[in-house]
Amino acid sequence: MIEARSLSKRFQDKKRGEIRAVDNVSFTCQPGQIYGLLGANGAGKTTTLRMLATILEPTDGTAVICGHDVIEEPEKVRANVGFLSTATALYRRLTAQEFVEYFGRLNGLDEPTLKKRVDDIFNRLDMNGFRDRRCDKLSTGMMQKTSIARTLVHDPPVMIFDEPTNGLDIMTARTITAFIRECRDNGKTVIFSTHIMSEVEKLCDVIGIIQSGKLLAEGTLPQLREKCGEHDLEEIFVKVVSPHYTVSEAN
Amino acid sequence: MSFRNVGIVYRKELTEALRDRRTLISTIVVPLFLFPVLSVGFGALAVSLVGKAKEETPKVILRGGEDSPAVVEGLKKLDKIEIVSDGPNWKDQIINKEVRAAVEIPAGFQADLAAQKSDTVNIYDYEGELKSEFATDKVEKYMKDYRDKVVKDRLAAKNLPESVLKPFEVKRENVAPPEKVSGAAFGGIIGYMVILLCMTGAMYPAMDLTAGEKERGTMETILSSPISRMHLVLGKFFLILTAALSTAALSVMSMGVSFSVLGHYTQQAGNANHDAAALVLKLDLKTVLSVFLMALPVAVLFSAALMTIALFAKTYKEAQSYLTPMTFVVIIPAVAAMLPGVELTQKLALVPILNVSLLCKELVTGTYHWNYIAIIFSSTCVYAAVALFLAIKMFQRESVLFRS
Repeated sequence: MIEARSLSKRFQDKKRGEIRAVDNVSFTCQPGQIYGLLGANGAGKTTTLRMLATILEPTDGTAVICGHDVIEEPEKVRANVGFLSTATALYRRLTAQEFVEYFGRLNGLDEPTLKKRVDDIFNRLDMNGFRDRRCDKLSTGMMQKTSIARTLVHDPPVMIFDEPTNGLDIMTARTITAFIRECRDNGKTVIFSTHIMSEVEKLCDVIGIIQSGKLLAEGTLPQLREKCGEHDLEEIFVKVVSPHYTVSEAN
Repeated sequence: MSFRNVGIVYRKELTEALRDRRTLISTIVVPLFLFPVLSVGFGALAVSLVGKAKEETPKVILRGGEDSPAVVEGLKKLDKIEIVSDGPNWKDQIINKEVRAAVEIPAGFQADLAAQKSDTVNIYDYEGELKSEFATDKVEKYMKDYRDKVVKDRLAAKNLPESVLKPFEVKRENVAPPEKVSGAAFGGIIGYMVILLCMTGAMYPAMDLTAGEKERGTMETILSSPISRMHLVLGKFFLILTAALSTAALSVMSMGVSFSVLGHYTQQAGNANHDAAALVLKLDLKTVLSVFLMALPVAVLFSAALMTIALFAKTYKEAQSYLTPMTFVVIIPAVAAMLPGVELTQKLALVPILNVSLLCKELVTGTYHWNYIAIIFSSTCVYAAVALFLAIKMFQRESVLFRS
């Protein structure tokens, strides 16, 4: 389970002064559920997810993942999380197998368990054809599969996806969305960020709309439709992020 | 503290480094070939160039001397000198290297000698030009011999012994063993090369493992794994240190081999030419190990410092622009140790890099000042620890890791 409690992140910028990238964001994401964080570029999605993955530390507030606080026990949080984004690249000079094994070992797996887990994942994702190929020689699709294998190697209960389909061709993007669905079906807690409406409609059980670091609206798609009086998600989104919309309206 | 994760990171970084051409070149190829090329190659080239310059028969302009046939005759008979006639632009001819020197015999020189009047013979040369200096040396030697002969004749005419002018001899003799003489002459360069190569060895992996990782987008990948940032830094640091030390070890080894080859070569040459024998530089195992031992904390210092600096950069290229000036920061104190008269003192023993460079100079001559060795080793260890501490701190700063 993911529980964000008044999560905030401020940055200091020399020109613009203090920037509130994430401002007092609270939400809960349950196991077996996909929580979609929907927002425009620069809305604060990546910063929120990075805080959940303990890559960044919150300035205020906190989040609890599988009972571990992101500030108090970041390493335990990371051991329970699989994090995938377009920014999480592969080590080019390692082979696909070496890459996945490296992260398995860092997650504390012993060698027999690691071997079994890697074999399972490589069979499941149909990766045996390129397991000994160096990552810089892989196609985009193979790279994405290798990244997925990396997030799965320690079988984490929580999956965090930061715009995972960004810049990918349709076939590779479908592999990713199918994988996200599979994670949910396996009872994992899934949170994923995107600005692509269709992905949210297809995948998410709960949607959170974020703008300027604030979570402006939250609910299932039918709930949001009802609150905003709009059917189309894009219209709902536009309505929510428009300057006249207030948080109290959403609640 | 668990070292398991440090070991995992180290092994992975080692695998990657061994597959990276740039790291392999800077860590293995450069140290293995630089010394042989520099010492044997450059030495042999210098010997052959000087030999060629000596073989040349230089042209020397004779100015005046019409009324002094004996001197002129002697000059013309000089071996490997071609006397040419005077012209109005004789200075330009020397400058343009058409002739190597000019000798000017004053009018009435021989008559003045007979009358026991003092005159001045001028020799004009192109200072700093090797071939001009060879020509000038020959002419000057001839004129001095001629003067000595005149003095001898005058003494003989007055029935005076030669010892009238030379009541006693002044003689200089070297008591330092040959390895100390050559160590003093070349010791500085060894410390300098080891320090510099230690740095170049650390440089590429330091950039690759920090800025390179940011540029390739793997920083976020690794930060999302459960490894603590301290273990991550240490794993990376040990790899950079390995690269620095292998560079240093290979360079010291290759240096030992190069100098023994050079020593053998110059010893052979020394049978014919006495000066060349001074080039012999014997590096025994003890010296090599001592130099390497002193390079150890320096390597730690460089590895941690370079990693910290490179971490600030967003790209490999940016890291290069930060680290290239660092080369000068290292070269200046390392070169300062080679300057004549710069010796180890208690104050200098605390100056990083310079201290090790100076110590290496002493080690090569076989001198072991244990108090200085202790001060230098421990002070460098302190600097290295500070640098490593800074590297760990920097790795915990979001503003450094995610600088935009």
